[in-house]
Amino acid sequence: MAGLELLSDQGFRIDGRRPHELRRIQCRMGVFGQAEGSAYVEQGNTKVLAAVYGPHEIRGSRGKMQPDKVLINCQYSMATFSTGERKRRPRGDRKSQEMTKHLQQTFEAAVLTHLYPRSQIDIFVEVLQSDGGNYCASVNAATLAIIDAGIPMKDYVCACSASYIEDNPVVDINYLEESSGSAELIMAMLPKSEQIVLLQMNSRLHEDNLSKVMDMATQGCKDVHSILDTAVREHLTSSIALQDSSVT
Amino acid sequence: MAVDVRLACARVDRKELPFTNDQAHLVTPGDVITTDTGFMRGHGTYMEDEKLHASVSGTVERVNKLICVKPLKTRYNGEVGDVVVARVIEVGQRRWKVDTNSRLDSVLMLSSVNLPGGELRRRSEEDERMMRDYLQEGDLISAEVQSVFSDGSLSLHTRSLKYGKLGQGILLKVSPSLVKRRKTHFHNLPCGASIILGNNGYVWIAPILNEDTENTGGFIQNLEPVAAVDREAMARLRNCVLALAEHKMMLFDTSVLYAYEESTKYTVKDLLKPEIMDEVVELTRQRLEAEG
Repeated sequence: MAGLELLSDQGFRIDGRRPHELRRIQCRMGVFGQAEGSAYVEQGNTKVLAAVYGPHEIRGSRGKMQPDKVLINCQYSMATFSTGERKRRPRGDRKSQEMTKHLQQTFEAAVLTHLYPRSQIDIFVEVLQSDGGNYCASVNAATLAIIDAGIPMKDYVCACSASYIEDNPVVDINYLEESSGSAELIMAMLPKSEQIVLLQMNSRLHEDNLSKVMDMATQGCKDVHSILDTAVREHLTSSIALQDSSVT
Repeated sequence: MAVDVRLACARVDRKELPFTNDQAHLVTPGDVITTDTGFMRGHGTYMEDEKLHASVSGTVERVNKLICVKPLKTRYNGEVGDVVVARVIEVGQRRWKVDTNSRLDSVLMLSSVNLPGGELRRRSEEDERMMRDYLQEGDLISAEVQSVFSDGSLSLHTRSLKYGKLGQGILLKVSPSLVKRRKTHFHNLPCGASIILGNNGYVWIAPILNEDTENTGGFIQNLEPVAAVDREAMARLRNCVLALAEHKMMLFDTSVLYAYEESTKYTVKDLLKPEIMDEVVELTRQRLEAEG
């Protein structure tokens, strides 16, 4: 990308952040009345809605039923108006199918699946606006929705991307940085135990720089965790205050 | 016709209550509750590295050595003896599958219903063939939880004349945690409507029936048109229950009745407006506090 300075001499990125800074994360829980759990997450200009239904009886083909654990069913879709160029299919294309599988694997690792044998949990994720880091925002939104639904999990799942631009590791990259052709590392982890549930790498990165980029992503995940945790606690206190004052 | 229109930005979030409970021990998934190994692991927790972690977000509850975390909302967890309102979704071999807002579908065995004939008699093949005539898909029933299977699904029974098929009325779905456990969940309110507060969060509002039609187990349905006054009372009751549920007020006979009485100065449709809901709920809360 000629002419586009991804990291200025003063150490600022294209949207004015420092290399280690996340985009602004705003979240709300319980946005739908009908779903068991739901959440809305804005990560910079990436906006994602997630809804969780269940655990409930298996719908569709009963062959998918697992006698010892719950079936996690995901659906990732991007609104037709979410990208710069209008999308033709909101879901079902190769990219969405891959994303769906990744989300499913991520949450199978985090949800305590053995507690609900023979049932199913549905996770629906819709990207309303896409500005890079769709997977990360989707995971963060789905985590909040699962917590809102009261479904037991080992820990939060936090996801964050990182890249290596002009000899500097940078965290939480946006669409411009993503499409500049530099390496992209996507990481989802359980922040308390630092266990990685998903690690994905796009394009090439020199081996020597890998640990620096991974450290950056790990730190990003922990920052995301502290933001999500604050949001959950706030939601909890306000709801409990309502409930307590009505108990007579 | 005047239409009430309001902007989304004019909506207010109900966070005005500056109520902070310091004793409440709040946890989120992954938090360590205790490192002491002398405790027992309850719902909403898991053990890792000899430490007790929370797996849901909510308040920690401790009964002697047992530690549980109670989340804000969950699906209905059935217990033996609960009164539930349920919908039939499938007719099967000697059983009905019913939806009770539980994790798995519940079953109602043919042997655990009172058949129209009344007396306890053997279930013949004739009865098996007639199952769809008694209850078909989409019918609503009131029932009691008879037992809980090992995978968490429920078995129901309707072996009492107060349970059975439900006729004309309104079904409301609220969070199961809002229904207070009482000795009785069937109420004939003096406002001219009867209400069933199911433990599973399903609330049934129906006109009051006289004694002789009530004791048929509901198999003979009364499809007479309901008088306009009764319909209005039911609609008002529905809006009141909805307002209470939206403000996370516990539902039981007194709270519902008080809300109904406080709402009488408004028209039924006005009760759907947020500011009027707020006022009715606030007045109800004050009356409940003044008493208890």
